[in-house]
Amino acid sequence: MLDPYIESILIFSGINVILALSLYLPVSAGLLSLGQGGFMAIGAYVSGYMTSVLGWPFAVALIAGGVSAGIVGLLVGLPSLRIKGVYLIIMTMGFGEIVRVFFLNFEPTGAASGMGGIPTETTLPIVVGVTVLVLLMCFQIRGSRIGRALEAVREDELAAEVIGINLTRIKVAIFGLGAAVAGIGGGLFAHYATFIDPGQFGFQRSAEIFIMVVLGGMGNFLGATVGALVVTILPEVLRVGDMQEWRMTFFGVLLVIIMIVRPMGLIGVRR
Amino acid sequence: MNAAVSPVLEARALSRRFGGYFAVAEMNLTVDKRSIHAVIGPNGAGKTTLFNLITGVLPPTMGDILVEGTQVAGSRPDRIARLGVVRTFQGVRLFPSMSALENVLVGRFCRTRGGYLAAFTRIPGKAGVTEAASRRRAEELLERVGLASRRHMRASELALADQRRLEIARALATDPQLLLLDEPVAGMNPVEVQEAGELFKSLRDEGITILLTEHHMSLVMAISDQITVMSYGRKIAEGTPEVIQRDPQVLAAYLGSEATS
Ligand SMILES: Nc1ncnc2c1ncn2[C@@H]1O[C@H](COP(=O)(O)OP(=O)(O)O)[C@@H](O)[C@H]1O
Ligand SMILES: [Mg+2]
Repeated sequence: MLDPYIESILIFSGINVILALSLYLPVSAGLLSLGQGGFMAIGAYVSGYMTSVLGWPFAVALIAGGVSAGIVGLLVGLPSLRIKGVYLIIMTMGFGEIVRVFFLNFEPTGAASGMGGIPTETTLPIVVGVTVLVLLMCFQIRGSRIGRALEAVREDELAAEVIGINLTRIKVAIFGLGAAVAGIGGGLFAHYATFIDPGQFGFQRSAEIFIMVVLGGMGNFLGATVGALVVTILPEVLRVGDMQEWRMTFFGVLLVIIMIVRPMGLIGVRR
Repeated sequence: MNAAVSPVLEARALSRRFGGYFAVAEMNLTVDKRSIHAVIGPNGAGKTTLFNLITGVLPPTMGDILVEGTQVAGSRPDRIARLGVVRTFQGVRLFPSMSALENVLVGRFCRTRGGYLAAFTRIPGKAGVTEAASRRRAEELLERVGLASRRHMRASELALADQRRLEIARALATDPQLLLLDEPVAGMNPVEVQEAGELFKSLRDEGITILLTEHHMSLVMAISDQITVMSYGRKIAEGTPEVIQRDPQVLAAYLGSEATS
């Protein structure tokens, strides 16, 4: 049997890789989001409600959570992805806050006191399976017709547009896909934690996901993966994990160092 | 008007104002199919702005733009591109960290199908039918502009002349019927200019219409079927190279402006 402590680190590693990839997907088209925690929350609450209250099977609930987050991603993306750069970051931050405050006040899912009684369904093999699927998805997009268009949009929007690429469609679709992946990550999280409350999906969560991607390197999905692993495992190795208040300070310092030493991230190479 | 000389592009009373200044004013322009049509004029005459209007990069303040009779004034650039009007930029705009080949492959995007589902279900390392066709086409185009041997180089690592050629290959990959080239030989040496001129003529002979701006007068005079002269946003003359070369107004507009190399 695997040591439960090691197992929990591995499960959180997998969930964080999924969350980091959920941000990598829109980043691959140049869309930075500081609101992935919001999409994670939607996936967590929707799937958690379905299994704990409605008694639905876990797999169905997990997919429903991802689809719900994806639909919200499309709805949020459609009017807002004309915004660029720092304004988009601020908008997604605002979105994350709206979702948090919504669940803080939404009685059916426990409002501020959170939602408990979610069955433990997330096991290591399931997390590994989903992580591999999401990695495979990123691998398949890269170098495909659609993957090249995403890269082109990231490199030069105007040049992409004048050769016939519909920017809105490309951006909204990848933003929605990223949101759906974040929702799946949230569903896995909810069925491991068994208790969720809005505070777990606030700005700090979004920032952590952001840090994983920037730390690992934004040009490559392996960068996001490595970033997620570093952010999950390093604090455990250094035993700062249980000192919650020092966590963000630690990541902040780490990020500053990496940005000075390797501005392109740990895995800086493209593809 | 018979089919052979029907216009592929028509601009009517096209204007664009920046603040109080009309960068393009009441321009009427008719570009015949299978022709090379040059727009010349001193710097600041409004040539690039005219291109921006035609390709949807900027909406016109007033006027109509018809692509084979379809109104496109105010349309998005990607729609105009899919109608077959594609451009290059005066200051080259490539996808800098993508390879030359990938830059051209992106040009095939609007003429091919296959979204996320196709991406997920493809067999890694093996190009599907569409992908293989796109690759063949991209390789052909790179060959055509003389970049075959540099196809795996990053676009940003190419020399300026090669970057201009690559941008043309990328535009050609979209199967344009009208190609707009904004100062396509700027920064090229005489041999490269000569080659570019040959390329433009061969494209026209294959049925692609070319609208270009250029300061390189000997090239313009050698390859153009029609020349439109702009000054302060307005058309001041139009005609064949022979007519334009003798036009006193044109000579006046150019007097003291850039050298007619
Ligand atoms: N986006 C813009 N905003 C304000 N003024 C512009 C803009 N684009 C062009 N102009 C002005 O319009 C005039 C025509 O410029 P341009 O079309 O670039 O000329 P050309 O390509 O013939 O050299 C210039 O005076 C230029 O400063
Ligand atoms: Mg210009």
